[in-house]
Amino acid sequence: MSFDEARLAVAVRALGEPILALEGVSLAFGGVKALSDVSFDVREHEIRAIIGPNGAGKSSLLNVINGVYRPNAGTITFRGERHHHMEPRRSAERGIARTFQSLALFKGMTVLENILAGRNLLMKSSLFAQALRIGPALKEEIAHRKRVEEIIDFLEIQHVRKTPVGRLPYGLQKRVDLGRALAAEPRVLLLDEPMAGMNVEEKQDMSRFILDVNDEFGTTIVLIEHDMGVVMDLSDRVVVLDYGRKIADGTPDEVRSSQAVIDAYLGVKH
Amino acid sequence: MSSRRAALTWAFFALLALAAVAPMLTGMARFPQWLEIVLGGLMTGVLYSLVALGLVLIFKASGVFNFAQGAMVLFAALALVRLMEKLPFVVALVVVLAIMVALAWLVERLVLRPLVNQEGIVLFMATLGVAYFLDGFGQLTMGSDVYTLDVGMPKEPKILFEKTFEGGILVNTEDLIAALIAAVLVAALALFFQKTATGRALRAVADDHQAAQSIGIPLNRIWVIVWSVAGLVALVAGVVWGSKLGVQFSLQQVALKALPVVILGGFTSIPGAIIGGLIIGLGEKLSEVYVGPLFGGGIENWFAYVLALVFLLFRPEGLFGERHIDRV
Repeated sequence: MSFDEARLAVAVRALGEPILALEGVSLAFGGVKALSDVSFDVREHEIRAIIGPNGAGKSSLLNVINGVYRPNAGTITFRGERHHHMEPRRSAERGIARTFQSLALFKGMTVLENILAGRNLLMKSSLFAQALRIGPALKEEIAHRKRVEEIIDFLEIQHVRKTPVGRLPYGLQKRVDLGRALAAEPRVLLLDEPMAGMNVEEKQDMSRFILDVNDEFGTTIVLIEHDMGVVMDLSDRVVVLDYGRKIADGTPDEVRSSQAVIDAYLGVKH
Repeated sequence: MSSRRAALTWAFFALLALAAVAPMLTGMARFPQWLEIVLGGLMTGVLYSLVALGLVLIFKASGVFNFAQGAMVLFAALALVRLMEKLPFVVALVVVLAIMVALAWLVERLVLRPLVNQEGIVLFMATLGVAYFLDGFGQLTMGSDVYTLDVGMPKEPKILFEKTFEGGILVNTEDLIAALIAAVLVAALALFFQKTATGRALRAVADDHQAAQSIGIPLNRIWVIVWSVAGLVALVAGVVWGSKLGVQFSLQQVALKALPVVILGGFTSIPGAIIGGLIIGLGEKLSEVYVGPLFGGGIENWFAYVLALVFLLFRPEGLFGERHIDRV
């Protein structure tokens, strides 16, 4: 599917019910308020962007959603369950996967192993059976490997599948990061600046992968990104943060014309 | 690894091999005698590797240098020897293993969890505390005498290759069995780390805590597993060293020898721990016999530390460790 076709598919597809909702979430580190009373929802199958100037609290927000940070106030509702905070393991079990702004890959492992590690929670057989590769464990391993190979094909990284990721160029490492998150077969995928530091060509590739994931697997995507062009092209709805507060929420067009957003980005006389 | 570094590594190995065979080339030694020393050195080296392995495992998975590894060796050996007074060997072994797992759980609960995200030096100090606690607790509850640990290993030396060489080669049977046990343990650990999902999870945690959490790997459970495995390694080392030297306080000094081993091999490398142990074991025996007389003997006791010092000066990451590069 070409870039434009994928774009069209997103545009015509109807959005589902809210799968994730934050209500009144506040987070403070000592006296520093990272987030103040932030509320928004994410509908199933949509691509939801979070934008804002540096230090606006975007990454903190992702960390609240997948349980790395505990908010001081507010609730997070995910798949119908209301929580005061999420736990990293439980959020992974319930179907939230993420990528990282500064790469956090398992550098000593190959591309294949990194993505296989992403299927950690889906592996069921016992330790002993795995070590000896006997019976159902072997069957399971083969099934997992098959799925991993599909992801590798999908991301077009077949040629480096046995290379330790530490040796790959940056753009490919970003793809592996995405692959590892996809391997968990998540319901919601959190992408923390998937295109930071990329050139135009790499950005186009990554945009295509994100749209394809959303389209082919129906995965809901929450995306932090600095490149306005990319954000406006990809996302269905956009949340804008500034100094930890939500200052706008709506379709790309609505957000683009919001005075609060323009002020936040261009600065305003106080 | 850059090609220059790889070349340096190979040059080091070549130099080492040359130094090892030098006594024969210069006609200082007869082959059978030399072989005897080499075998003896390698077998002692395997035992150093055992302790070093425990250090590397914990360092890899939690970034903590575990000063208590030596105390764990002594503690395991002491518990085993006292339990064997009442229970058969195998039962006692299983009980001690359970104790080591319980210890791992306690360390995670009471030491690591409250100190999560603290500086490395803070965690290191905490393991120092664990070491003193284990020393005191062990001696308080199990006594501080010297105990003989007899697990039924044959003590009398064997003579091999009697037909090939005149007089044959004298090999210590106990060392041979110990080396075999260590080899099996290392192979089992390699299998566990490379082929199981849990092993993969352990390596994942070693590489990146946060990313590991994001794919649903529970850090706390991994730490318990790693400390349990380190406990198992300590137990095996305790059995082997204990039956060789007797179970006594000085057993933990053996763990000190593991420090030069990990400096040589690299703190983050399991093969490094094994090869480092072999090099040190081999080096100290050969140098004792062939270089020792020049200094009036006693080289065996400090050879390892001098070699480690040389490595700290020229190759601080060790032979196989990850090179530390800071972005500026």
